[in-house]
Amino acid sequence: MGSSTSLVPKSVTAAINAHGFGYFGCPHTFGQVGYRLKRTEQYIRVKPDNSSVVTDGVKHSMNPFCEIAVEEAVKLKEKKLIKEVVAVSCGPQQVQETIRTALAMGADRGIHVEVTGKDYETLGPLQVSKIMAALAKKEEAQLVILGKQAIDDDCNQTGQMTAALLDWPQGTFASELSLEGDKIKVVREIDGGLETIKINTPAVVTADLRLNTPRYATLPNIMKAKKKKIANVKPADLGVDITSRLEVLRVDEPPQRQAGMKVETVDDLVGKLKEAGMV
Amino acid sequence: TVILEILSLENKLTDQQKEFQQLARKFAREEIVPAAATYDRTGEYPVPIIKKAWELGLMNGHIPQEYGGMGLSIFDNCLITEELAYGCTGVQTAIEANSLGQMPVILAGSDAQKSKYLGRMTEEPLMCAYCVTEPGAGSDVSGIKTRAVKMGDEYVVNGQKMWITNGGKANWYFLLARSNPDPKCPAGKAFTGFIVEADTPGIQIGRKEMNMGQRCSDTRGITFEDVRIPKENVLITEGAGFKIAMGAFDNTRPPVAAGATGLAQRALDEATTYALERKTFGKVIAEHQAVSFLLAEMAMKVELARMAYQRSAWEVDQGRRNTYYASIAKAFAGDIANQVATDAVQVFGGNGFNSEYPVEKLMRDAKIYQIYEGTAQIQRLIIAREHLGRYKK
Repeated sequence: MGSSTSLVPKSVTAAINAHGFGYFGCPHTFGQVGYRLKRTEQYIRVKPDNSSVVTDGVKHSMNPFCEIAVEEAVKLKEKKLIKEVVAVSCGPQQVQETIRTALAMGADRGIHVEVTGKDYETLGPLQVSKIMAALAKKEEAQLVILGKQAIDDDCNQTGQMTAALLDWPQGTFASELSLEGDKIKVVREIDGGLETIKINTPAVVTADLRLNTPRYATLPNIMKAKKKKIANVKPADLGVDITSRLEVLRVDEPPQRQAGMKVETVDDLVGKLKEAGMV
Repeated sequence: TVILEILSLENKLTDQQKEFQQLARKFAREEIVPAAATYDRTGEYPVPIIKKAWELGLMNGHIPQEYGGMGLSIFDNCLITEELAYGCTGVQTAIEANSLGQMPVILAGSDAQKSKYLGRMTEEPLMCAYCVTEPGAGSDVSGIKTRAVKMGDEYVVNGQKMWITNGGKANWYFLLARSNPDPKCPAGKAFTGFIVEADTPGIQIGRKEMNMGQRCSDTRGITFEDVRIPKENVLITEGAGFKIAMGAFDNTRPPVAAGATGLAQRALDEATTYALERKTFGKVIAEHQAVSFLLAEMAMKVELARMAYQRSAWEVDQGRRNTYYASIAKAFAGDIANQVATDAVQVFGGNGFNSEYPVEKLMRDAKIYQIYEGTAQIQRLIIAREHLGRYKK
C-alpha cells in the first residue's frame, strides 16, 4: 500500500498509491510500491524464504484506483469547485515518478513522504492513514480522495482509517461525486446496488472503478509538470510513528490448480460433492 | 568518449524521456493494439486514433516551439515512434508521414512559411504529405518528370506523383518538381521544392491503393494538371529543391528505423509469449533449442537495431551530419524487421500463418520498411559512399 490518493478541495491532496497487481493469484499481504505484471514479463513469484514476493525488476506503476482519484480531483479543479490539487505518495525515491504522472495529469504540486528500506516493507494502511491525517491537517485540506484499495494488497483500509483518525465523514466506493455547497453528495457502490449519501466537508472519499475514466497525460503537460514542485517530507517531520504492529509470518502461492473430473449426470455431480464433504 | 556518452545516454533516459516513452507506450497498448487488426482488415484510415494521438501531443513532435509545436529532439521523437509502431506500423506511418512532409519546411522554410504551414498543424489535427515519388521515378529522384514552369508570380505544375502516403488526407503537400528543363542542368539546381495546398484546383487525387501491409495508411497517386502555386510557396529559391528533399531524410530516417524496431520488438514479444505457452514433445517450445536460438537471434537484432537508431538520432541532435548512421540504422532496422517478423510467424507455426494470430500482419507490414524512405539498396549505396569517403580523407 504505501500511499493513498487524497484530494483536498482548497488544497487537494491526492496520495498516489504506486501499486500494481499480481496475476495468477499471488497473495499480497503488505504495503509495497506496486508492481504491475506485463504480459510479456515474468510472473509474480514468492521469495524462496516465503517472506514476501519478489519485487526486483518488476515494473511498478500508479494504482489504477488512485489514477481515478487523481482524475476526479483534476476534474473538480477544472470545474473551479476546488482551488488546488496536491498529490501525495509515500515510499522510496521511485514514487516521485508516480507523483510526476499525477502532476502531468493536472495536479498542482506534489508531496513525497520519504519512507525507505525496511520501513517501507512494513508500511501498512494504519501508518499511511496517520501520515495522510497529519498532512491533511497541515495542509488544511477540505477533501481527501484516495483510491478505494491498492491492487497489490487489496487492503481497502487507508481511506476509512484516515477518516477515523481525522474524525471526518467518509464516502467510500464512490462512483459519483458532486459538491453541493459545503456538503458532498456521494453515490456509493455497494453490494445491493447504489447508495447515495450526503456528507459534510472536510471529508474523505475513496474512488471506485466507475467514478471516471482517467485521462492520459499529454506530452505538453508532461513537459509542464517538470516545473511543478514536489516537496520532500519524512514521517517524523509530521510527528508520525510508522512502526508496524503487524508481523508477516509467511507468504505462500495459492495451491496449484488440480485437474478436475468429468461426471455424466447431475446426480453424479451431487454425489461427488457430498463425498468431498462440500454439501 | 563518444562511445561512453552514447552508452550512458542509452542506459539512462532522462525522467522526461521516460515519461514520454511511457505515455506513448500506454497509448499504443491501450488504443492502437486493440484496433489494429480491424483497421488492417478494412483498410480504413484510423481517424480516431490519429486524432487522439494529436490531442496527446504524440504527433508533429518536430515542429519548433515558436510555431506552437514541442520542438522535441529527434531522439525523443524516435522513442515515441518506436512505441507507436509497436501498436501498429500502419497507424504509425500515417503519423510519421506528417513529419516527413513537414521536415523540408522545418529545415528550409521562411518564418512566414513555417508560421503558416506548421502553425496550422498544431491548431487542428491536420495531415500533410511528402510528394516526390512518381510512377517512373522512386529511387532515382533526379529522374522525376513533374514540371514546374514560372509564369509571372506563379509556377504552373504538371505531372504525376505515386505512392504518396497521406495523399488523400493531406491538407498540404511538400512537392518536388523539375523547374529547369535543360537535361544538362545538374540535379542540385534543376528542382524546386514547393508547399502546395491540397485543395488547389487541378490536383486530382487518385484512388486509395490496396497494399500488402500497413493497409490502414492512405497511399495514393496524385495528378497535377495546370496547378498554380504562388511564388511565396517556393522553399528557399528556385532550383534549391533537390538538396532540401534529400536533407529531410537525415532527420526522418532515424524515426523510420525506430518504427521498424517497434515492429520487430512486437514480433519478438508475441513470439516469446507464444513460445512459453505452446507445448510440444513434452515441454514448452521455448525450451527447445531450435526455438530458443531463433528467439535469441531475434533479440540480438532488435537490440542492435535500437542502438543503431538511437545513435543516428543522437548524432543529428548533437548538430552533426548523421547520414552514415541514419542510413545504417534504416537499412539494418528495415532488414531485421522483416527477418524477425518472418521468424515470429515461424515460431507460431501453422497458427502464425493464420489471420487470427497477430504475427502474419507483422510480416506483411514489415516489407515496406525495406522499400520506402530509401530502399535497402539505396541505403547500401549511401553507406558505401560515406564509408569509402572516410578512407579517402
